[in-house]
Amino acid sequence: MSLGSIPPKYKVSIDREQCMDCGRCIENCSYGTFRREGDKILIQSRKCTACLRCVSMCPRDAISLTENPVDYRSHPLWTREAREDIIKQARSGKIILAGMGNASNLPSIFDRLLLDACQVTNPSIDPLREPMELRTYIGKKPSKLEFKKTEAGDVELATKLSPNLKLETPIMIGHMSYGAISLNAHLSMAKAAKETGTFMGTGEGGLHRKLYPYQGNMIVQVASGRFGVNVDYLERGAAIEIKIGQGAKPGIGGHLPGEKVSAEVSRTRMIPLGSDAISPAPHHDIYSIEDLVQLVRSLKEATEWKKPVFVKIAAVHNVAAIAAGIARSSADAVVIDGSRGGTGAAPKVFRDHVGIPIEGAIASVDQKLREQGTRNEVSIIASGGMRNSADLAKSIALGADAVYIGTAALISMGCRVCGNCYRGLCPWGIATQRQDLVDRLDPEQGAMQVSNLIHAWTLELSELMGAAGINSIESMRGNRDRLRGYMLDEGILEVLDVKNAGA
Amino acid sequence: MKTVTIDAKDMHYTPLNQKVRAAVADGAEEIILNNVLGQRFIGNGVRGNSRIIVNGVPGGDVCMFMSGPTCIVNGNAEHAPGNTMDKGMLVIHGSAGDAVAHGMRGGKVFVRNNIGYRGGIHMKQYEVEARPMLVVGGTAHSFLGEYMAGGLVLVLGIGQEKAMTDRGIGSGIHGGEIIIRGEVDDYLLGVGAKKFEFTEADLERTKPVIESFCEQFGLDPAPFLDTNYTRIAPASSRPFAGKYVWE
Repeated sequence: MSLGSIPPKYKVSIDREQCMDCGRCIENCSYGTFRREGDKILIQSRKCTACLRCVSMCPRDAISLTENPVDYRSHPLWTREAREDIIKQARSGKIILAGMGNASNLPSIFDRLLLDACQVTNPSIDPLREPMELRTYIGKKPSKLEFKKTEAGDVELATKLSPNLKLETPIMIGHMSYGAISLNAHLSMAKAAKETGTFMGTGEGGLHRKLYPYQGNMIVQVASGRFGVNVDYLERGAAIEIKIGQGAKPGIGGHLPGEKVSAEVSRTRMIPLGSDAISPAPHHDIYSIEDLVQLVRSLKEATEWKKPVFVKIAAVHNVAAIAAGIARSSADAVVIDGSRGGTGAAPKVFRDHVGIPIEGAIASVDQKLREQGTRNEVSIIASGGMRNSADLAKSIALGADAVYIGTAALISMGCRVCGNCYRGLCPWGIATQRQDLVDRLDPEQGAMQVSNLIHAWTLELSELMGAAGINSIESMRGNRDRLRGYMLDEGILEVLDVKNAGA
Repeated sequence: MKTVTIDAKDMHYTPLNQKVRAAVADGAEEIILNNVLGQRFIGNGVRGNSRIIVNGVPGGDVCMFMSGPTCIVNGNAEHAPGNTMDKGMLVIHGSAGDAVAHGMRGGKVFVRNNIGYRGGIHMKQYEVEARPMLVVGGTAHSFLGEYMAGGLVLVLGIGQEKAMTDRGIGSGIHGGEIIIRGEVDDYLLGVGAKKFEFTEADLERTKPVIESFCEQFGLDPAPFLDTNYTRIAPASSRPFAGKYVWE
């Protein structure tokens, strides 16, 4: 071929003095990087995805993996990536498909927001001694409460309350479908959600019958493909989420490739075996905000107004105005997915270039809803690249009620963010339907790890709140005075409604 | 037969639907709704095998998520009748708006006259037990059976010179089939849709559906029982398999 080959991304080597020739690297690598010839293990670095399965499983720590040191002529504009993308497209004429979240080099706003702590004038609170109130309710809150007196002289609530989800921690697990990820990954997260008193999303892949025992902690998703959606599914969920958009690929739909549509996936999604599962870009019954109202209410009618309905949108330029419309639609929560949100597969150009970061979106949505007096009508759930409890605390201080984690939950089950989810060969048993690979993820063990992560962030959040002299999540929510910007420009500080460090 | 009659005049859809549900729960075999005028979500998510008669014009999403009952609409229907319907039958003695049978996964929707845009869009099927059917007596606007992943769309073109004259038929179709009375011009087909000959064997398969439709509307099926149809089916079950290259 006249274009020749692109240099391998990674270079794998084995320290032959350390290696005991056990062959675990060969067994563990589903991409075929290692093979045995005679008495030697040979390496084909080109096949490596840097999933680090071999490195993690090698009993002698004998494997090294580096990004392959190939230098192109340096050029500030024509980076290696820019040149290699062109070569791939010149060869194929196709759209470049990428996995995981935004990989462009834009600075994180979270990293330039700093949290507050008490010194002298108001004491900090020790969470060891004082109760920290992290319980969070997701759903509509009444604008006022009315009471009536009973004949016995007691006071009774007269206001009719809307259904809410009760979370023991403001951390939920976001929607990743069965199909995109394995049943064992779903089981691990569902068990963890139940154990930690929180909720997880099904994604648009239906609800596998093995997850029925955890349905009280599941939010069932209705997306444009309507996979697995029937009245039984809607009734099983603790809440229903309409997915309009996704932060990793705003404005487009999704395609689960036919290879991943196994017998079980086809049964759960209620589609033919091996056929592509295509979610169109829009919901074809929603072409306007009025139509969205109709779907929200249709879901409520079908479940007799017993369940909260969420609407998930990608963070895009006019996110605040869109959320303001959603707040008037009878929906109970708006989920905003920022541009750093993950995905199993997205066109690279969308993943890296479409949509806005979550920080600005949370602040502008919260602001707009408060201005319009509808903030009590919907809860705000923020998602898209939540890496640690600091991102969580900052999201809440900017105005979110809770966050969804996705990639972080996958990492807690073994994912190393190699970004090859769409190939269906995940050696960690997460983004695959190949049974021998799925079996590598033990749901009990996986559940423990996901629970540990949620516990750890919850503990850290209590410590951060205590240090700031706050003992209730309500006092933290939208408390932008507890944030300061560092090296953020005036424009962003204005959107965030946050003062500069030192101000 | 246990019949419940409900006067829907000036009633909001929520109490109306509650009454329908209560009647179903109470074992009503026939529920007659009179003076229906724009109430949405009638029959929404209702299970069982009762017969719901709608006298008037229902609002959007009639029979959405419905799982079992038979619903007869004596009038036209609005936006998305039979939306994401699961089981049962919806018979409309008139015309219907856009997105008829959207995302439908089982049961039958029969429309006597015409339908709007995006009819049968994203219909899908699972094995043989869940195979949805949309039959239109007249004609349909653009994007009929778009992104269709299973099931049957049948257009009879009654009273039309040509059964279909709008474009985008079956664009992105990757399962199921669209059967249209008479010839269909090539330029009306969407990307990924392909024309096939309608054979005697196809007629044999389709005959019960045609007869069932005609029975509902008191039509004589004989003029429709020949092979003068065009069958449109997917060019591939993986229409996007060749669209991407890995990062």
